[in-house]
Order: sequence, then structure tokens, then C-alpha cells
Amino acid sequence: MNKLMSSLSTLPLRRGLIGGALAGALLLAGGLAPATAQEHGGTKPHREHWSFAGPFGKFDQAQLQRGFQVFKEVCSSCHSAHLLAFRNLAQPGGPHFSEEQAKVVAEEYKVQDGPNDAGDMFERPARLSDRWPSPFPNEQAARASNGGAFPPDFSTLAKARTYEVGFPGFLIDIFTQYQEQGPDYIHALLNGYVDPPEGVQVPEGGHYNTYFPGHFIKMPPPISADQVTYTDGTPQTVDQYSRDVTAFMMWVAEPHLEARKRLGFQVMIFLIVFAGLLYFTKKKVWKAVHDH
Amino acid sequence: MSGHATFEPKNPALKWFESRLPLVGLIHSSFVAYPTPRNLNYWWTFGGILSLMLACQILSGVVLVMHYTPHVTLAFDSVEHIMRDVSYGWLLRYIHANGASMFFIAVYIHMFRGLYYGSYKAPREVLWILGCIIYLLMMATAFMGYVLPWGQMSFWGATVITNLFSAFPVVGPTIVEWLWGGFAVDNPTLNRFFSLHYLLPFMIAGVVVLHIWALHVVGQNNPTGVEPKTPKDTVPFTPYATIKDAFGMVCFLIFFAWFLFYIPNYLGHADNYIPANPLVTPAHIVPEWYYLPFYAMLRAIPSKLGGVLTMFSAIIVLFFVPWLDTSKVRSGVYRPLFKQFFWIWVAVCIGLGWLGSKPAEGGYIVAGRILTFWYFAHFLIILPLLGLFEKPKAVPASITEAVLGKKGGAPASVGVNAPQTKG
Repeated sequence: MNKLMSSLSTLPLRRGLIGGALAGALLLAGGLAPATAQEHGGTKPHREHWSFAGPFGKFDQAQLQRGFQVFKEVCSSCHSAHLLAFRNLAQPGGPHFSEEQAKVVAEEYKVQDGPNDAGDMFERPARLSDRWPSPFPNEQAARASNGGAFPPDFSTLAKARTYEVGFPGFLIDIFTQYQEQGPDYIHALLNGYVDPPEGVQVPEGGHYNTYFPGHFIKMPPPISADQVTYTDGTPQTVDQYSRDVTAFMMWVAEPHLEARKRLGFQVMIFLIVFAGLLYFTKKKVWKAVHDH
Repeated sequence: MSGHATFEPKNPALKWFESRLPLVGLIHSSFVAYPTPRNLNYWWTFGGILSLMLACQILSGVVLVMHYTPHVTLAFDSVEHIMRDVSYGWLLRYIHANGASMFFIAVYIHMFRGLYYGSYKAPREVLWILGCIIYLLMMATAFMGYVLPWGQMSFWGATVITNLFSAFPVVGPTIVEWLWGGFAVDNPTLNRFFSLHYLLPFMIAGVVVLHIWALHVVGQNNPTGVEPKTPKDTVPFTPYATIKDAFGMVCFLIFFAWFLFYIPNYLGHADNYIPANPLVTPAHIVPEWYYLPFYAMLRAIPSKLGGVLTMFSAIIVLFFVPWLDTSKVRSGVYRPLFKQFFWIWVAVCIGLGWLGSKPAEGGYIVAGRILTFWYFAHFLIILPLLGLFEKPKAVPASITEAVLGKKGGAPASVGVNAPQTKG
């Protein structure tokens, strides 16, 4: 933080006595400020390499399909994803299953429909247009089954988690376009279950996690090696599972990410060419004025 | 404001119309023939950029409303519906959310430019005050807009900000209940905020018309701060300012597109992707970045009412700048001391913004108090005294002299340049 203060003071203050005095005041104040970076007791996650990061980032389709498998076989028994529709699974820019495959997945689930002509609600197999059925009928039921904790919904979760980057990283991120803090955190959390440090008493029903704010998380270690059987020979490790399911969660949270970056590149090219043309037109128009 | 052609229609139908409503003539005199100082730099393109951003926000907002549902149980999911199921809905929503930030970046540059070049000084006081009113309306609009997605920060931001009014003695709690439409931030609050968020941009557009009208009465300021004296000091708005503004706008759009397409959530807060929950308070309630300096001031003052008054005063003081600055010289270019104090004040504003994002504890509060004091001292002590004690540099006799004198041996360079061909 002192670093921020001193570099802040060198920026626009220029020379001059007054500038120096103010910079001194800032530095003093900065020195008194408490260290707050990790104030909530979570360790900063490691930055991972994500296929969807950067200006040309794309989801790895095979990874999303594996991630979906992990979600379906493991996570979805406690976590909902109520904004995810079965039809989404067949959309381009996602796991991109065939429509037939997505239909097969949907038919494994029962959803409530109705009322029918007799006025009764009834259950039927899910269709492509249905949303992913939640594992619990309501929050209270979810809490009752999970030791009082509410497993968060996956719909926007990958964008709803982050960690403090600090100075000057948060400025550098603008230029490197790094905004995968959410996936970093989720991946770190899934791999962050360790034995508590000596002298730390983990409360009843809690688990120690390096990356969870406050360290005590109700969710038990959700996945273990070889729990999900991959058919494509990908290693069946916790690290690999967590990468795959995190990528899947990012897609669930931002299903049009690929379209966004693709359109962005086209718009950028157009704007830069347009700006270039305008610049030279401007130069030509102003030429007469500049000389007289 | 003479020396440039006025509009005379040749087409008989247009002649007939113009003699009944001189609309085309008004547009012609405002945006074609209007004389602009020849020495305007690129900081002057931000007026045009702001008009563009206002149009962009209104257009994207109107389409978003077609898909949005202002109800506490549906608002969050309806925004996600836009992001997922509406064709190019993600684009519209990210344009609107990032566009608000771009609007504020542009308005802050526009205001800093006005403060540096003394654009608020006579005869431009009303122009400046109208600008301050636009800024206030923008703050209210953006605040209410941020509430609409009904995420955690929406809800808790609304709770914190509306609660500020409870600091006023006697009437405070009544005002807060009136704002809420109940006893807590709830569905009535969301509904009225939605209504007002749709209304205020059109009020902004109205004040923008007044702002431009006032501008066209007194004419634009320029980097020298010397009023145009001869036709040689000005150029017609079209093509000169038009093409320059267009170039500035497209450059700004590149900057906008960088955020919009590649880091659309950078300027937002992750917590706002969690649906609002009145029972769970976020660890840090942080407003959008453009309010952070004021948020720092609010928390720097130990009393709640004092903090609220300080925060509002920080904006109110801007209205009085034309009379607080006692200097006879308009532009900061010719004011060596003012220039230094100006940049210190810019640093203070950035410092306050940074402090606003930090928790209110320990040294942050001390720093917040120092910087808040400096913010006000700049207007209430430094500006009035500088005008009395500062020895300004010599001001050029005219804009043309400032421009051509700068070239150093300009007559010689005319010969060096290739003769211009008529294209």
C-alpha cells in the first residue's frame, strides 16, 4: 500500500513544494492503514490458465462436456442451476451436445407440469425447453439437508465470486483483460481442503479450506479422484475435475462469452479502421487552417 | 459570431417550411455555421462524446425495458433472461452497464477540462451551473439504475444511500419511509426507482439542450481563455469541429469497446451476481466507482449528519466555483501556481476514490479526513487566494497569435510544406 501511495504521489503531482507536502501526508496516512488484503481470512487463489481467457478465448468443448458430467453426477445433487435450460446444452459456444443427446439428458429428469384438464399437477419427463430441476424444493429444504448451509445456485456463481487483486494488479488487469478471478477462486476452493493448522478448532459440521473466507466451510470435500469416469482418457484427478467443472460453471454464468469476444474483435477492427480514416480526413480538412 | 454564412434555402418546399418554422436554419446555425475557436484541443471533444453516450444509454435502456421486469422476485432473473435468451441481450445489457461508467469517465474529463481552462468564468457561469445540474441528475439516474438488477450490491447500496436521509433531524425518518414506500427497501422502492430511472435521462436531455443553448449564446471557451476577436480566430463548426469530434468519439468508442467486449464485469462488483438477500449483508458495501470519492467523504466525518452534509456540499461547492475563483486570468495555462494546485486537487479526488473502496478503519479514515479537508480547501481557500496573490504569465493578445506564435518561424514553414492540391 505504501507502494501505491508513493506511486500515486509521483503521478500527476509533478514537482513543487506543495506536491511534496501532500505526498508526505498521503504516505503517512498509508503507513497507518491496516493491512486489509486478506482481512477475511481467505488465501489469495492462484491464477490458472483458462482457455476462455483473453481476447480470443474460447471454451474447450470437450472440457465443458466433462465439466457437465461432473456437475450432473456430483454437484447437482446439492447445487441448483435454475437458469440453465436443457436446450442450452445443445447450443453452439457451449458443450454443444447434439439435440438428440440433450433430449436424452432431459428425459432422465422429471419436472412438474399442469394443471391438467382435471385441475391436477402432474409430473412428466423434462423437455429441451425446461430448466434444470433443482435438487431441493426450497431454500429451507436445502438447508435442512446440508447442515444449515444453503448450496449456492450455479447460474451466475462463476461471476459472483472474486478475490482482491490489489494495486497495481487491478490496473494491469485492464490491459491484460484478465477477469477470471471467479474461476480461479472456484478451482482453488475445490482443491483447498487441507488439515487445519495446529491449534485451530474447526466447528462441528465444518471443514477447513485454505481459500474459503473465514476458512470454515460447510461443504465437505465434494469430489475425490476417480469418482467420475471419463471416457476420453482424461486424468481422473481432483485437480482435473475441478478445472473441468469450473469451466462448465463459467459457461453457465456467461453462455455467450464466445460470441461476445468474436463480435468484439470485429467491432475493434471496424472502429480502428474507421478512426484511421477519420484521422486522415481530419488532417486534410484542418491543413488549410494550420498554416494561416 | 459573425463572418460565417447563414442558411438560405434554395428548394421552394424548404423555403416554404423555413418561413413557417426555421428548423433547418437553427440546425445550420448551431452545428454548421457556428464559429468555434480554432485552437480547441482534444479535451474539447468530450462534449460531443457525452451527447453520444447519453443517446447510447437512452437507446439501449429503452430496449432493455422491453425485457426487464421490475419486481423483487423477478428482476434478477429477468436481467439474466436478457443475458441468456434475448437476441444480443448480453450486448445491450453490457452496453448499458458499461456505458454508464463510460458516461462518468467522459463527464469527469469534461469537468476537469472546464476547471483547468476556467470555462466556468464570466460569461459562462450559467453554462457551468447547468453542467453541474446535469452531473447531479446523472448521479441520481446511475444510482437508481444500479438498483434495478436487484443483486446484493443493488439492494445494499440502495439501503445505505436511502438511509443517509435519516440523518436529517425531525423529518429524516419520514423522508426515508417516503423514499422506500414502506419500512424497508422492497418492491415499492424497486418500482419507483425503475420509474424514475426511466424519467431522469429525459430530464438530463432537457438540461443538455439548455446547456448547449447557453454554450451557443456565450461561445466556447478555448485553451488560451482569450475570447475570439476576429473571424480569423474561429472556424465554422462544420467541417472543422464535426470531423474532430467524430475522430474523438470513435477513439472513445474503441476504449468503450475494450471494456464492453473483453472485460464487461471489470467495473462492476461480483456481489451483484448474487440475488438480493435482505438477510445477508455483504462484507463490504461498496458503491459504483464514480461515487467512491463522495463515499470516502461520507465515512471520513464522524457524525452521520455531518458526513451526509459534507458529501452533498462537495457537489454544491461546484455551483459556486465561478465566484470562488477570483483570478482575472481565465485559462490555467497562464497560471503557474493554479496549475500545480489543480493537479494536486485531481490527485486528491483520485485518492478519495481509492479510499472510498477501502474499509472505513484506522489510517484510511485519517487519510480520508486529510483529503476531504483538501478537497474543500481547494475551492474555499486556495481558489479565492490564488486570484489575489498569483502572478500570471502574459496572456496572448488573440487566439490566432497564440496558435501561429507557437509555431516559431511559421512563415518559413509554409514554403517547406508541399503546396496543397485541390482535391
